[in-house]
Amino acid sequence: MTDLTNLTVAEIRDGFRDGEFSAREVTEAFSANIAAAKTLNAFIVETPDAALAAADAADAARASGALKPLSGVPIGMKDLFCTQGTQTTAASHILEGFVPQYESTVSAKLWSAGAGMLGKLNMDQFAMGSSNETSAFGNVVSPWKAADGKALTPGGSSGGSSSAIAARLCPAATGTDTGGSIRQPASFTGISGIKPTYGRCSRWGIVAFASSLDQAGAMARTVRDNAILLENMAGFDPKDSTSLDLPVPQWEAGLSSDLRGKKVGIPKEYRPDGLNPEIAALWDKGVAWLKDAGAEIVDVSLPHTQYALPTYYIIAPAEASSNLARYDGVRYGQRVLPDGAGLQDMYAATRAAGFGDEVKRRIMIGTYVLSAGFYDAYYTQACKVRTLIARDFEQAFTQCDLLLTPTAPSAAFALGEKQADPLAMYLNDVFTVPASLAGLPAMSLPGGLDSAGLPLGLQIIGRPLDEQGVLNASLALEERAGFTARAEKWW
Amino acid sequence: MSIDRDTVKKVAGLARIAVTDDEAQALVPELNNILGWVEQLGEVDVSGVEPMTAVIPNHLRLRDDVVTDGNVRDRVLANAPQAEHGFFAVPKVIE
Repeated sequence: MTDLTNLTVAEIRDGFRDGEFSAREVTEAFSANIAAAKTLNAFIVETPDAALAAADAADAARASGALKPLSGVPIGMKDLFCTQGTQTTAASHILEGFVPQYESTVSAKLWSAGAGMLGKLNMDQFAMGSSNETSAFGNVVSPWKAADGKALTPGGSSGGSSSAIAARLCPAATGTDTGGSIRQPASFTGISGIKPTYGRCSRWGIVAFASSLDQAGAMARTVRDNAILLENMAGFDPKDSTSLDLPVPQWEAGLSSDLRGKKVGIPKEYRPDGLNPEIAALWDKGVAWLKDAGAEIVDVSLPHTQYALPTYYIIAPAEASSNLARYDGVRYGQRVLPDGAGLQDMYAATRAAGFGDEVKRRIMIGTYVLSAGFYDAYYTQACKVRTLIARDFEQAFTQCDLLLTPTAPSAAFALGEKQADPLAMYLNDVFTVPASLAGLPAMSLPGGLDSAGLPLGLQIIGRPLDEQGVLNASLALEERAGFTARAEKWW
Repeated sequence: MSIDRDTVKKVAGLARIAVTDDEAQALVPELNNILGWVEQLGEVDVSGVEPMTAVIPNHLRLRDDVVTDGNVRDRVLANAPQAEHGFFAVPKVIE
């Protein structure tokens, strides 16, 4: 019998429907892989019983002919999504022991589509990080290894999701992307991930980081699987004031790798001096693959690209400092109450003990740039530059339908390598942050391996609401890249 | 502009995060590095540019002013570090 954990979401769905295996068999196979992969530290909480309950419901549904879109498919849930009755921490001590009394809209949609939950996935604390080293529950380790045997980062912040999918602990998972937190980890681990247009997926019940940027998305091994998952995550939600009141397209049915008539732009600002030559070479291959699929290639310019990262590192911390004010030790989460302390001392002691260093750093930056006397110079200026960055994309999209870029400036780096220098870590998101600032749909997919045998990703960015275009161009790349490499099992 | 230890302590106070003098001192170069880097935004000409308020054009919806949720006190209090008599409990605020 085939190893069920090597199947894609589409293969599990179809094989289960056709009676080749039961949902229970699938779920047990993934739960066994999870139990044997503690070294990767991809999960904060494992929920094999919840997964089995969903599998048994799927088996019963098949018997009665009432299958749902994701019946039989178990998935991983990033620990940023509130799950009723299951601890949700955002990988922070300050939320340790928090058991939500409600379900996030996105996770509720997935469960009602028939999916089962294998567990809550580790991540960077409050989604702040690009390497999964800021989690209060320990680093996530990538299944890929450096040539010298060093442990590598799975990327971040959705590093538990990327590591688990690459290691065959789950066929797909949710992620969230504020400045690249789906795309960069996907790139580092040789999988695919899509961040839809801002507003496609409800933010209700997702622990907030930077509300004008946060967007849930899908992570899986194939473009088709991402389309399937995203279709069952997106949709209007009156409980999120920025949710888009639009029907959800049938992205899977709309998949086509025929790009005739499509124009793909190559932004010159994404090829800075000193761009890693292997990444530049993969980008060139991507151009050739898109031409082969029928697309016309055009050169475009996004002149404010160099300002995207500093803009992001004002706006995101500013919103975070405001959002994270809610962790006060009163309503939920940890409380630290020194002897004889008053209310103000309790707040300060609770937050000092509960937040990790990177979270504190960003709250302080955000507090500073929003403080009296500095607000206009930092925050208002950043919001204006953000307008210019979005305008760059609007103008580029008058000349092309999609953009092709690398996903990250490097392959996965070693755990510990950049931890000492926050700024060096921030620069990792240089190619993903601009699309986030403009709210655009963007996807990363594996293009090939570098000379050290590590995966490199390509990114497709689309117009607002054109997830279909993004998925289709990604599919054309996926068919031509023929990426089948996987990490050799050592864990 | 660069910030000093006293500014760090003031910001930490505003953010309600307790820091020791040593911690504040350690944060001085870290925060200055980041602030020095983001200050490059000052060179961008933004004359006539409006600050972005909505990344995807969207209108704010209104709903009828009626109760849509409620009567869930115990669930609201379920995760409180200290709940007493159906309320959140905190240290004494007024002497």
